[in-house]
Amino acid sequence: MQTDNILRIKNNSSVDLSEIIILSYEAFSEAAIQLLKEEQNHCVSYFAYRKENDLQFLMAVADDNHHDIAIISHLLKDGETQALESLTPAIFALHIFEREIHENFGVDFINHPWLKPVRFSHDRFNQNSTINNYPFYSIKSHELHEVGVGPIHAGVIEPGHFRFTCNGENVLHLEIQLGWQHRGVEPLFLKKNNLQRNLLAENIAGDTVIGHTWTFAQTMETLAGITVTEQTQMERALALELERMAIHTGDIGALCVDAAYHLGAQVFGILRTAIINFTQSWCGNRFGKSLIRLGGTYFPFTEELKQDLLQILARYEKQFLEMSHLTYRLPSVQNRFDFVGNITTQQARLLGTVGLSARMSQVVRDIRVSHPAYAYQRFPYETMVAEKGDVFARFLLKRKEIKRSIAWIRNLMEHFSFDASQTKKPVYNLRLKPNHFALSLTEGWRGEICHCALTDQNGALKHYKIKDPSMHNWKSLELSLRNLEISDFPINNKSYNLSYCGHDL
Amino acid sequence: MIEEIKILIHNGRQYIPDLRNAKLKSPFRGRPEISTAKLDEQALAAVCPLGAIYLNPVRLDMGKCAFCGECAFAFPEKIKFTTDFRISSNKREDLIVKEGDSHEIRVDESSIRPEIKKIFSKSLKLRQVSAGGDNSCETELGACGNANFDMGRFGIEFTASPRHADGIVVTGPISENMAEPLQIAWEAIPEPKIFVLCGVDAISGGIFADSPAINRSFLEKVHVDLFIPGNPSHPLTIINGLLDLTRSK
Ligand code: SF4
Repeated sequence: MQTDNILRIKNNSSVDLSEIIILSYEAFSEAAIQLLKEEQNHCVSYFAYRKENDLQFLMAVADDNHHDIAIISHLLKDGETQALESLTPAIFALHIFEREIHENFGVDFINHPWLKPVRFSHDRFNQNSTINNYPFYSIKSHELHEVGVGPIHAGVIEPGHFRFTCNGENVLHLEIQLGWQHRGVEPLFLKKNNLQRNLLAENIAGDTVIGHTWTFAQTMETLAGITVTEQTQMERALALELERMAIHTGDIGALCVDAAYHLGAQVFGILRTAIINFTQSWCGNRFGKSLIRLGGTYFPFTEELKQDLLQILARYEKQFLEMSHLTYRLPSVQNRFDFVGNITTQQARLLGTVGLSARMSQVVRDIRVSHPAYAYQRFPYETMVAEKGDVFARFLLKRKEIKRSIAWIRNLMEHFSFDASQTKKPVYNLRLKPNHFALSLTEGWRGEICHCALTDQNGALKHYKIKDPSMHNWKSLELSLRNLEISDFPINNKSYNLSYCGHDL
Repeated sequence: MIEEIKILIHNGRQYIPDLRNAKLKSPFRGRPEISTAKLDEQALAAVCPLGAIYLNPVRLDMGKCAFCGECAFAFPEKIKFTTDFRISSNKREDLIVKEGDSHEIRVDESSIRPEIKKIFSKSLKLRQVSAGGDNSCETELGACGNANFDMGRFGIEFTASPRHADGIVVTGPISENMAEPLQIAWEAIPEPKIFVLCGVDAISGGIFADSPAINRSFLEKVHVDLFIPGNPSHPLTIINGLLDLTRSK
């Protein structure tokens, strides 16, 4: 199988469905493995959807060197045995996608190491598989014990179940069972009108409002063949960087809580507040809900907002550097962060982690650099990595990324003249291209977000697929806990801060 | 130590002294006001993505509203959002604002169960359960205890276990998968206890109201003591609602 005659598209673009070549499963597998063996490639989405009674599979593989995305497909006919040879043994990172397809459609993936449920979606194929009888791993031994935590946790956080298998204090294995947050987001996209979809996108994950809504808007705008003004493209990127700063700051504060460093916990909380209150002064909502709308916005970025932001950033930066420098040097904090929850470069590659969870282990993966939207083409972002892949690395990287976001925003403020009159109002009455497939990738604060949409012959949405970066990264959290103690879990978990609702959809 | 003190000084005083009368600025969207202007009411109702606008007379249901502002942008002469964040109530119907209304939304004192003010007026420990919440209301509930809002000054805090709690605050539309854990957590709280719904998803299901993946049947079995609107609810809305419910004037 030659991989050079495969359909390749750019980020934020769409193609006619007829351009997607349907391969035999054999050729599909060969192409997938050949592509994914290369370090510059990784799978950004792999899903199936009903095409009449058949099942069509689509895989999107992003190539970070050539800045394009390969699309490969195959078809499983209704009459055929609903079983395929699993690709997971060859490409481990595909494990979660195959599990998802299995859960949704009942397709058996032969030789998949753990074909377990992903989220117990309401429309799952096997209705006998219920959230109370998840098939946990268990090791039979008198020496070992298991500890189950959740779905409801001690803090004010989302639900998930964690099952630890321990030898004394030592965690041998952690298994995370999700699905509690499942709200049926994807099929709802098909039922709603465009404004409702826009709201739905804002509610995929309330901590990633900008990341998901921008990705949604790009997907739909691409399908409709419209582009928003330059001003709005910059506004969206600005909002994305503010979201990153706010959440990273909050995360560092949360890490301080778990290191029992209360000054840090409070001060980082205060700093996060300054950023989200700015977002509120921009669009009325601290999380940026209602800022991003199809085709335009009701909340243009004005000169006045710009002056406010520059002042807030100056103050923020001073306090942040002061506080984070002290935190960084504090022996008690170092002792708590260092060598906890390590993931090696090799493991990160194997797991197919994305975003911060990849960069913490020296894996350069950043959509802003590899598949940049216009704003990041015009104002390039230089990504960075950390080395050790532990809690300390995640802390350091968040700290560095905050600084770099500030620099990026300042550069934008200096070189782009915002003119509120250049902003257009939202447009909900869109005509989507019929029989098209569109894909959009955005580097949210957790990592890459991928939305895919397909239309039917009338231009109506027939499939909407969302991938939150957490889909890739939960496995990394599981592995990072091996040979630690359960008491290391909270700090480790917070250093990742993965999404439950973004995963459960 | 010196450096720590410097940081404290540089950050200055952070807490908002009077949470009852704090001021938020537009474009924050709080309590809506509907004018008596005449216009195409069908078109107005059709704008709302959540069906929160009712007709004859024109009303806006804050229990269904995501405060997206679309109605006010489309019909500015009819709908205006004030910055009044005190919009929580113990009566579901009081969340519905009628055209011509400009009165404040308050907890109805006469329908508060007498034991609430008697027992929870000095200390209130709450258990939070996210049941399909998108993590924005959860984050705002967390923010209630931060250096700005400092809800702890009123003796109101979140606890780790339902056994230690005086009530529950639910966020999210109540996913089918969380329906049972929610019920178990509720039953684990000793009487007397209060039940609070926080955010549009919890109050009405929000954008998920018609999803087959949610199961709101639990709500038929409990008495809701407080509805806190918002998407997400602002910490000032949350804290004022809880104070109105549990404190004497
Ligand atoms: S602000 Fe509320 S009432 Fe108005 S359109 Fe949005 S959801 Fe509907």
